[in-house]
Amino acid sequence: MRKVDILYGLIIALFLAIMVSPFASPWPDGLEKVAQSKGFMNKEIDKPIIHAPFPDYLWPNLSNEKIATALAGAFGTVIVFIFGYVVAALIKLLKNR
Amino acid sequence: MHIPDGFLAVNTWAPMWVVSFCGLGYCIKRAAKILKDRMIPLMGVMAAFIFAAQMLNFPVAGGTSGHLLGGVLASILLGPYAGAIVIAVVLTAQCFIFQDGGVTALGTNIFNMAFISAFMGYYIYRLIRSFIKGKGGIVTGAAIASWLSVVIASGACALELAFSGTSPLRIALPAMVVVHILIGIGEALITSLVISFILKVRPDLIYEGGIK
Repeated sequence: MRKVDILYGLIIALFLAIMVSPFASPWPDGLEKVAQSKGFMNKEIDKPIIHAPFPDYLWPNLSNEKIATALAGAFGTVIVFIFGYVVAALIKLLKNR
Repeated sequence: MHIPDGFLAVNTWAPMWVVSFCGLGYCIKRAAKILKDRMIPLMGVMAAFIFAAQMLNFPVAGGTSGHLLGGVLASILLGPYAGAIVIAVVLTAQCFIFQDGGVTALGTNIFNMAFISAFMGYYIYRLIRSFIKGKGGIVTGAAIASWLSVVIASGACALELAFSGTSPLRIALPAMVVVHILIGIGEALITSLVISFILKVRPDLIYEGGIK
């Protein structure tokens, strides 16, 4: 892949995370909806096992939820890019070993 | 379809962790054999794109939303092994950074959203391509395989909920499958649109390697 293609791909992903995700549907997803209507939503544990830094894709301590979502989305997109890249590079090392 | 902690009993999530851990090990071994240098940044970009796209919940009927899972999309570009790894990367980050999907449920979520789409979904896509040649086969295969992968994953999810004693199969299975028949249409639309776009600008990115 040319460097410029990587850049295009990242720009598209960042555009979706920053500009589109704040306007995503707030409705429950398929599984959550089924859990609510079939009465097992209460099975979800109250206290999370680990404290994730950005629960619900929101940057903490921001009153504007759209900006909080956009920031968390942008951060996540960059982190996941690095995570995916590093995992791929490690697998490649495995091949060369 | 990210299962949170508490929905699954240990009789389900523990074996599913083992299955996904071993499955990922196998994927890494297989991906290492076919991984070309150009695929390394592509895996990063695909992970980032699918992460961002998964944030975009679209409304479906009855106050319910859905979002892309992306497993078939990733596999069409990277092959099933690297494709499954990319989805596992996204799910792991979502679990530990954004509390989306439980820690105990992570193995199950990887099975439902990475393995079912990367393997069953990808084989269905290749099967359709063997009947319909050319770009039409790629786009048709992408649409049908991605729709089916969402529906099959929702059925697997219902089985896991039933096995955990969370919801009986006769209730969970029809409820999950019916709503994901609709959500899957969104998956099929997005997957085939993205694949059509890639066929226009970078057709060389479609994975053509062997699947055996």
